[in-house]
Amino acid sequence: MSSITVGHAHDDHAAHAHAGGFLSTYVFSKDHKIIGLQFLFSTLIWFLIGGLLALGIRWQVAWPWAEMPVIGKMLFANEGGQISPEFYTILFTMHATVMIFFVIIPILAGAFGNYLIPLMIGADDMAFPTINMLSYWFMWPAFIAIGSSFFVEGGAAKSGWTSYPPLSLTDWNGQTLWLIGLTLVGVSSMMGSVNYMTTIIQMRAPGMTMFRLPMTIWGMFITAILQAFALPVLTAAGFMQLTDRMFGTGFFIPEGWSVNNAAAASGGGQPLLWQHLFWFYSHPAVYIMILPAMGMVSDIIACFSRKPLFGYKPMVYSIAGIAGLGFIVWGHHMFVSGMNPALGMTFMVSTMMIALPSAIKTFNWLGTVWGGHIQFTTPMLFALSFVAMFIIGGLSGIFMAATPVDIFIHDTYFIVAHFHYVLFAGTAMGVFGAIYFWFPKMFGRMMNETAGKIHFFFTFLFLNGTFFTMHILGVVGFPRRLADPYHYQTFHHLQPLNEFITYCAIGMVAVQVIFAANFILSMFLGPKAGRNPWHANGLEWQAPSPPGHGNFDFQPVIYRGPYEYNSPESSKDYYPQNEPPPGAHPEPPSPPIY
Amino acid sequence: MGKFWALVFLLVPVLGVACFVFAPVYQHWLPIDVSQEGHTIDHLFYFILWLTGVVFVGTEIALFWFMLRYDGAANRKVNYTHGSHSLEIIWTIIPAATLLFIAIYQMNAWADSKIRNPAAGPDGILGTADDMPPTVEVTARQFEWRLRYPGKNGILGDQDDVHVVNDLRLPVQEEILVDLKSADVLHSFFLPNLRVKQDAVPGMKIPVWFRATEKGSFDIVCAELCGWGHYKMKGRVTFVSRGEFDEWLDEKYREQTATVDSQVAQGDVE
Repeated sequence: MSSITVGHAHDDHAAHAHAGGFLSTYVFSKDHKIIGLQFLFSTLIWFLIGGLLALGIRWQVAWPWAEMPVIGKMLFANEGGQISPEFYTILFTMHATVMIFFVIIPILAGAFGNYLIPLMIGADDMAFPTINMLSYWFMWPAFIAIGSSFFVEGGAAKSGWTSYPPLSLTDWNGQTLWLIGLTLVGVSSMMGSVNYMTTIIQMRAPGMTMFRLPMTIWGMFITAILQAFALPVLTAAGFMQLTDRMFGTGFFIPEGWSVNNAAAASGGGQPLLWQHLFWFYSHPAVYIMILPAMGMVSDIIACFSRKPLFGYKPMVYSIAGIAGLGFIVWGHHMFVSGMNPALGMTFMVSTMMIALPSAIKTFNWLGTVWGGHIQFTTPMLFALSFVAMFIIGGLSGIFMAATPVDIFIHDTYFIVAHFHYVLFAGTAMGVFGAIYFWFPKMFGRMMNETAGKIHFFFTFLFLNGTFFTMHILGVVGFPRRLADPYHYQTFHHLQPLNEFITYCAIGMVAVQVIFAANFILSMFLGPKAGRNPWHANGLEWQAPSPPGHGNFDFQPVIYRGPYEYNSPESSKDYYPQNEPPPGAHPEPPSPPIY
Repeated sequence: MGKFWALVFLLVPVLGVACFVFAPVYQHWLPIDVSQEGHTIDHLFYFILWLTGVVFVGTEIALFWFMLRYDGAANRKVNYTHGSHSLEIIWTIIPAATLLFIAIYQMNAWADSKIRNPAAGPDGILGTADDMPPTVEVTARQFEWRLRYPGKNGILGDQDDVHVVNDLRLPVQEEILVDLKSADVLHSFFLPNLRVKQDAVPGMKIPVWFRATEKGSFDIVCAELCGWGHYKMKGRVTFVSRGEFDEWLDEKYREQTATVDSQVAQGDVE
């Protein structure tokens, strides 16, 4: 199957490329690389917006009700330049929404998944190019719904990104737009996920068996499976909330419930039902937001350690283990929610066990670096920092998994520190590494190494200043989502620490200017990269940089796994997956065995 | 350059440990605990802190050491290996056993906090005649804590109930039973100094119990987003002796009936 597809499709696509005009080549493109770049640019812009929203949160927590310098008067003229408590709730709700649904998920699956999957498995494109194009264009109505919600009466959604009813049912139109936006993101992700699964299963080049796939592809593959199984639940729950809001159904409203002395609802529903449905999606979503980054980091670390990945199969099994266990741990978000406490015990045991595959992965990354020949390039620094930071994010999770300790630290800054270590210090740092690593492939030019290292150094410093200290806030019991925490006697003395955190956060956002400048300038002015600037083994590095339509200018045939660095069988310190071994039969080996 | 980057990564365990060493010195630490059961939670916290602390320092130092030692500039021979079966088994079994141990070790504390409801009385079964009545009913609403004490007859929901807002007074050294409710949206009843936290859910009556060992006045914090005024949903819990408590409750009852009587006299209430 795959050999036929690869062989013939190449010619078809080459013909297409010349026939298409500007619109079909660069805008409504069906080429996985263009779609990947479209996702990349869109998500980077949202990354900036999400970061600015975070600064708004930090401003308020450090100096509640203080006038924002310069921009305060422009943004909040009615409040005398202050952030109002309503706007504060919008800030943290939209920061999380943007970062999760418009940045992390689409940058991993949409940008890197799209760009890398066909290149790394030796296919000419995705299995369903039209669905692939639609998966990007379904993001736009979501961008518009969420973006415009800031300007509707009552402002954007303000019930937290978790949108717990009944509060979310009392919210203004912003919440309706939020639900519509999320449903559309779900449609996009679903189309992507079906496409990735099919492509990885069906379109691998001859010789590319499942256990010769790079970890990046394994991460994307398992993520696609998670998406496909978990997303329908969120979509269904979102629709239920939408009908509760618009048509007066009562899925999440208890009997006789009313707010602000309004007429009592017919009721008969349960607020906890939403939490179960929401977390049934959103806990696996946590892994959707980290597994592809783990995969990419594994590839980068092996490449720059010039050494095979330590324990390839345990790495694959632990990704699969995380995915499987990921479906039975959602209740750990609900230990103090009023859920039957006996269930808390079950979820606690499964949650403890899901730490195990993460531990195995960490040890294997350390094993990969051990005895290597480390090249301290920018992507390698980001990948190593992913490991260093993921250790913190993983270990702090154990505090929350232990139900009695969770009673105290639940909904405090301890959890804020924890998930930022996983998602920012982990995934976002991994993504930065991936951008520096694959940029030469995407644009045919190198990014500036010195600027990259300066970017790394300050991001690394400021992110730890911002997020590590949040653990300490959490230990005091400092709750999240409070517009003014200091009128509580217990938290009164924490303001100086919060000011420090805010200074670090401002620094962290500011140094991203170096990254943006490096990215944009290198696209046009960077030195030419050539096909394989890092001397890596992956198949993508054998294609031209940037690859043309149809990807490969030869028929890729795979002879080995992607991590044969410093193999005794090769004279170089790398051994590309498609390089025929000495004395190999000139004919391609048989198609992959599943 | 490898040496420099290794040292940058060494900052993580060094400053990380420093953070946790100096935080208690500057009172940035667990707030004072005045509850009977809180120390078990604190003990578990310290237990996990030490355990994760050791793993944290160990793995971060290992990473630092590998970065320093296996710097490509040193031109050492690469250790070409695909992994080690026995190492994989070791670092699977040891963490698995540890995690399972933590899980089992803290089950009892969880059961004491959330499952073994003292309201069940001597027979241990809820819904029988020997059930303890609740000390107070707490109803959370945007953005205050409505408190209702059973009056002299000890029964909630009749004429002699005492109603108070935000000012929760309770007797010290006694098992306190709270019936937690919500009148509108989700809230969370958080007593940092008693290591108590429980969401209030509309349509549910959730039991909460604790026992204070010291007199004093502490914060009641709302820990679940409940709308724009979430930040100001502040109450106070004050633990007093049994005598002081009864006296206070009496006084509140008299104030309440006086208000009602004067309203009746003025014709406000029919």
